[in-house]
Amino acid sequence: MKPLSKLYIFLVFLILYIPILVLILFSFNSTGNTGSMTGLSLYWYRELFSSPHTFNALKNTLILALSASVISTLVGTAAAVGIGKIKTGVIKNGILSVTNVPMMNPDIVTGISMMLLFVLVGTLLGAEEKLSFWTILIAHITFCLPYVILSVRPRVLGLNRSLSEAAMDLGCTPLKSFFRVELPAIMPGIASGFIMAFTLSLDDFVISYFTTGNDFQTLPLLIYSMTKKEVTPDIYALSSLMIGAVLILLILSNVVESKGKGKTENTPAKMAERNGLV
Amino acid sequence: MKKILAVSLISLLLMTVLAGCNHEETEVLNVYNWGEYISDGSEGTLDVNKAFEDYYFETYGKKVTVNYTTYASNEDMYNKLSSGAAVYDVVIPSDYMIEKMIREDMLLPLNFENIPNYQYIDEKYKNAYYDPESLYSVPYFCGYVGVIYNTAMVEGEPTDWDLLWNEKYAGQILQFNNPRDAFGTAQYALGYDVNTTEQGQWDEALTLLKTQKPLIQSYVMDEVFNKMKNGSAAIAPYYAGDFLTMYEDNEDLAFYYPASGTNIFVDAMCIPAVSRNQELAEAYINFMLTEEIAIANAEYTYYASPHTLVRNSETYQANMAEVHEDVMNILYPTEGIKATYYENLDLETTNYMNSLWENLKVESTTGPGVYVVTAMVVLVLLALLVGLWIRKRINRRYY
Repeated sequence: MKPLSKLYIFLVFLILYIPILVLILFSFNSTGNTGSMTGLSLYWYRELFSSPHTFNALKNTLILALSASVISTLVGTAAAVGIGKIKTGVIKNGILSVTNVPMMNPDIVTGISMMLLFVLVGTLLGAEEKLSFWTILIAHITFCLPYVILSVRPRVLGLNRSLSEAAMDLGCTPLKSFFRVELPAIMPGIASGFIMAFTLSLDDFVISYFTTGNDFQTLPLLIYSMTKKEVTPDIYALSSLMIGAVLILLILSNVVESKGKGKTENTPAKMAERNGLV
Repeated sequence: MKKILAVSLISLLLMTVLAGCNHEETEVLNVYNWGEYISDGSEGTLDVNKAFEDYYFETYGKKVTVNYTTYASNEDMYNKLSSGAAVYDVVIPSDYMIEKMIREDMLLPLNFENIPNYQYIDEKYKNAYYDPESLYSVPYFCGYVGVIYNTAMVEGEPTDWDLLWNEKYAGQILQFNNPRDAFGTAQYALGYDVNTTEQGQWDEALTLLKTQKPLIQSYVMDEVFNKMKNGSAAIAPYYAGDFLTMYEDNEDLAFYYPASGTNIFVDAMCIPAVSRNQELAEAYINFMLTEEIAIANAEYTYYASPHTLVRNSETYQANMAEVHEDVMNILYPTEGIKATYYENLDLETTNYMNSLWENLKVESTTGPGVYVVTAMVVLVLLALLVGLWIRKRINRRYY
């Protein structure tokens, strides 16, 4: 059984990672031919940084992903904490299922409906440009939000209510107790929610396609538009760099997660001590 | 907390910087073009949009920013524009799409006084069917569909569409993965009009495509580049300009225009009716037609330029000859080529063609597909059963 299951796991990982490995391999190819490796070179990496369109799209993508993930993390955390404080079960479950809808909705439905909304609002307001950076940002925040709530909520549920009560007993205002006691405890959830939102926003195509304006092209949109001709190999180089970045983010999030686990197992006394309350 | 604050402050800063980019005095020109369809400064080429910004500032003393975004198909562009969601000043649709957009009042008549370089456009491409009086469009690139084949795998010198039906090359033939182009190959082979409304002729084309299906390796669009470059397929119909791109990586490839006729396309620059800056857009179109810029674009894309100065330029001919020695005859065939445009089909014919296309494609996907899926399900079930059985045996050994 043991060797069989090992083989199985090996096969699964092989199938999962072979495409990525091939992509990385060909990003170092010295010609644009994907049929054969003609030699190792950094040509496409240099090319990537001299190609203004690709670079501009990368810049746009990063600005968008960063803004969308920061805002959705802030809003999503507040929502998760707030939902945690609701006592009526019906309302709580109702709100939870409503926030989950954007996650289950097919991207194409979200995309088209948001575009229609933006065009309608834009027409009502008499805006010349109905779609812009702001509309795509709103759309991205919308679809990132449920994932943030999803990853923060378990932490909120695992929170020991007596901790914040103890903090308040020891002289904290509710706000102070939130920032000093509750927030550090749910931080790992917030961090992984942030990273999740960031990666989701980074690679979204469908929703971006419908909601972006004429001056803001993200990387997935640019790559798709290349399919009329050929996707140039500098995109392989860029993808390899992005895989590297995502890998680092994932490792970071795991480190944060495992550190966070240690923290929540602390006794209230220790936490109070660390926060300078004793 | 401090971290969150810092990050959010940074992002706020970024946003204000971004918003601050829209200075009042800078004019913005929104250009919407095909992907990979302009010399963009990569691989040591000229960055045309940047050159226009510099040129405009030097000539008129006004700052202009070219907002350049790209699309993958005429339909993508049409949808984006007709939804009223985004404003563009210059778009580059193909022939049939220009006709449709003119009919729907989506384009502005051009003021050719602002586009003096229009005189260099070959008369052949003026007053075409899609814009009979040449009021709305300025040709940007054009080209023909031909057949690309690998000389190491195909014997002799083929001259017509029948190569795509040659049983000797079963499993090595590629076909277009869109109904218009695929039916086109069959209609040209049959000698029919590709713009016919007669359903009987479409049915015959379908029959021909069905006889071809067992020989087809796959229906492709941009995958054709890799398949032809690395020799995993031998024959494919595609565009002359793209043949040159493939030839750069595989010198075994050859190209010909089928004797019984083929498709010509023209992509032309137009100004959408929603544009708010027609003069600037016309300055851009004129700039695209200056000799140096038109040559840079033609050398970047490898497509045929309708610009007479480009075609006659010695530097252009010399540079292109490095790609393929017979390049001028491939891109600019002078004789013996019967070419027709794909015109807009009426709704009924379009729907009919699409239903025939589904008929063709559905069979091809469910046929072997069903067997593969069933085989996989059976295999997984078998594996599970064997796994359970082994587990039982092992468990029995211990208890």
